[in-house]
Amino acid sequence: MSGCHDCVLASRDDTRAITVALVGPPNSGKSTLFNRLTGLRQRVANYPGVTVEQRRGRLRLGARGDVELLDLPGTYTLQPRSDDERITDDVLRGRLPGTPRPDAILLVLDSTNLARHLVLAAPVLALGLPTLVVLNLSDDLERRGGSLDAAALAQQLGAPVVPASAATGRGIETIHEFLAGRFAVPARIPLPTIQNIPACRMWAGRLASRSTYRAPAPPLWTRRLDGVFLHPVAGPLLLLAVVLGVFQAMFSAAAPLSDGLETLVGAIGGWAAAFLPAGVARDVVVQGAVAGVGSVIVFLPQIAVLFLFIGILEDSGYLARAALIADRTMARIGLQGKSFIPLLSAYACAVPAILATRTIESKRDRLATILVAPFMTCAARLPVYALIIAAFLPNTPLLGPIFGVRAAALLGLYVLGFLAAVGTARLLRSTILRGDRTPFLLELPPYRWPTLRSLGLRVVDRSRVFLTRAGTVILGVTVGIWLLCHLPLVDGKAPDLSHSVAGTIGRTIEPAIRPLGFDWKIGVGLVTSLAAREVIVGTLGTIHGIDGDAGSSGLQRALRHDLTPGGAVALLVFFAFAMQCLSTIAIVRRETGGWRYPLLQFGYMLTLAYGAALLAKVLVG
Amino acid sequence: MTNTLEDLPFGSDAVLDELALPPDDAARLMEMGFFPGVRVVAVRAAPGGDPRVFRVDGAEVALRRETARCLRLRPPS
Repeated sequence: MSGCHDCVLASRDDTRAITVALVGPPNSGKSTLFNRLTGLRQRVANYPGVTVEQRRGRLRLGARGDVELLDLPGTYTLQPRSDDERITDDVLRGRLPGTPRPDAILLVLDSTNLARHLVLAAPVLALGLPTLVVLNLSDDLERRGGSLDAAALAQQLGAPVVPASAATGRGIETIHEFLAGRFAVPARIPLPTIQNIPACRMWAGRLASRSTYRAPAPPLWTRRLDGVFLHPVAGPLLLLAVVLGVFQAMFSAAAPLSDGLETLVGAIGGWAAAFLPAGVARDVVVQGAVAGVGSVIVFLPQIAVLFLFIGILEDSGYLARAALIADRTMARIGLQGKSFIPLLSAYACAVPAILATRTIESKRDRLATILVAPFMTCAARLPVYALIIAAFLPNTPLLGPIFGVRAAALLGLYVLGFLAAVGTARLLRSTILRGDRTPFLLELPPYRWPTLRSLGLRVVDRSRVFLTRAGTVILGVTVGIWLLCHLPLVDGKAPDLSHSVAGTIGRTIEPAIRPLGFDWKIGVGLVTSLAAREVIVGTLGTIHGIDGDAGSSGLQRALRHDLTPGGAVALLVFFAFAMQCLSTIAIVRRETGGWRYPLLQFGYMLTLAYGAALLAKVLVG
Repeated sequence: MTNTLEDLPFGSDAVLDELALPPDDAARLMEMGFFPGVRVVAVRAAPGGDPRVFRVDGAEVALRRETARCLRLRPPS
């Protein structure tokens, strides 16, 4: 390649899709810009074998063609130390199989923090790819009294520069023009040795001052708000209020939506039942597919509400403060501040919690958080707990009218799950995730108003990941389990559940679960609840020929007949610990890039569940 | 005895001299702005006293005290 910087590298007439990579440090607003440019035309996947997220999106430039945008993980330098940085480096050098080398780069820098962010310009420009330097948050810079000569900077960098704001859309037209135009390689400029960070920083500082960069005043409102949110007394109390608020919203605001979805699923089932001719096919669709996927989809409103709140917390800058306040406590159990919100989310559902661990940069800490998250008492455990507790415990008041024996038992189960998570985190830290701890580093970005656009995209994106799961893995599994319960056919009809494949499995595992006080019926429930924990309630209902409902007194009577009190406690403990959730297994596989961790986690949780249930049975009798 | 960033009183500033950390950890801190010669201001502590928030190179960054202890300060001239 020649040094000429006017040569056209990629022509618009070319039918090949142009790939452009977005590169920038964390907190530069890179992802906001990506969202602004691509809208809903984006796909999220993982790079093979690692936990690094690959975000691609298509930008339509009308008659000027399409551009494939690649949002690379945030990085301060191109020195490949973490998986994220290695991926960024490999993609930019065209060394990652399956990902084409980008034709051009959008280098996104925070203009309120220009000198520090310009450090990344050195290694990026050294790649020799056509580059547009996007000075993001330029409205913020001006509002806070900063300024900069973009033309002077462009001349020194030998590459075009545009002041922009991803939040308001400023500068987007220039970015479109760059993407639609003829790409030119940057002019050769003297660059510092990129391994020497202080030298790069001095180079960046010189460039900034030659571009008459005036740094903005420190964000005054951020100081004031931190005085409140990080106050020694008020800070933790406000965090508690935020946490309670999120929980309240998740369980109360999402409840009517969940009920609505349940009615809708019921209506679809009814419609399908009326439409299809009676027979096995209809039963598979109505009782298997619709009912099975329906039981998972009712969690969608909770997940959407949760991600709306996480979005508000993250985009506003509060999430970093929450992580800061929680860090001291989390450090005691071998985790860190950024694990706090994901673990909190796990009280609703482990699936969004595991997706939320993407905010944790340290791979080790992220893995530890993913591995302990399913111990938190998720919403799917509640119907199971409610049924068993109602069947075996009287509702005697303990402290006032609300807090009775049953509430105490439920609280005890929450504590049990929490303690298991703490113990497991410590165990992981002293075994497979041992090693030198990388220092905890947390940047506190200025507070900003979240934009509706970004919040909406986030909710849609996360809901889509969840629905894809529900629509593929869960669909297959629920249909599979339904078939196990209804095969082999006897005289063309489904057999009695006890003689079905599932019943046979229940009888086969009965010797193994007998020490826990479980009979084959519970065994069938354990198998079917692999799809989702609450499925055991419906299964037990089917086995006993009773409408499966946690409030059903018939089912409670049947359970009292089948289980001793010791067996009931064992069943509760088993559900507290076991990883009875294929959605979680699927998401862990996806997020850790292989079967190793989900299998390890499943085995560990099952062993722990079995051991603890056995202990409970022996102790209680 | 050399002062470290952990000893820096809130509201005052000092110049960073040396990062007594493994090379990879030091590089990560330098990327966040903690390079030798930079001026660091101790801003506040998290409720409970740890981690601590520092203003460095135009940004606010929180470090645990165990890390701040490894960042040596240049003696005031």
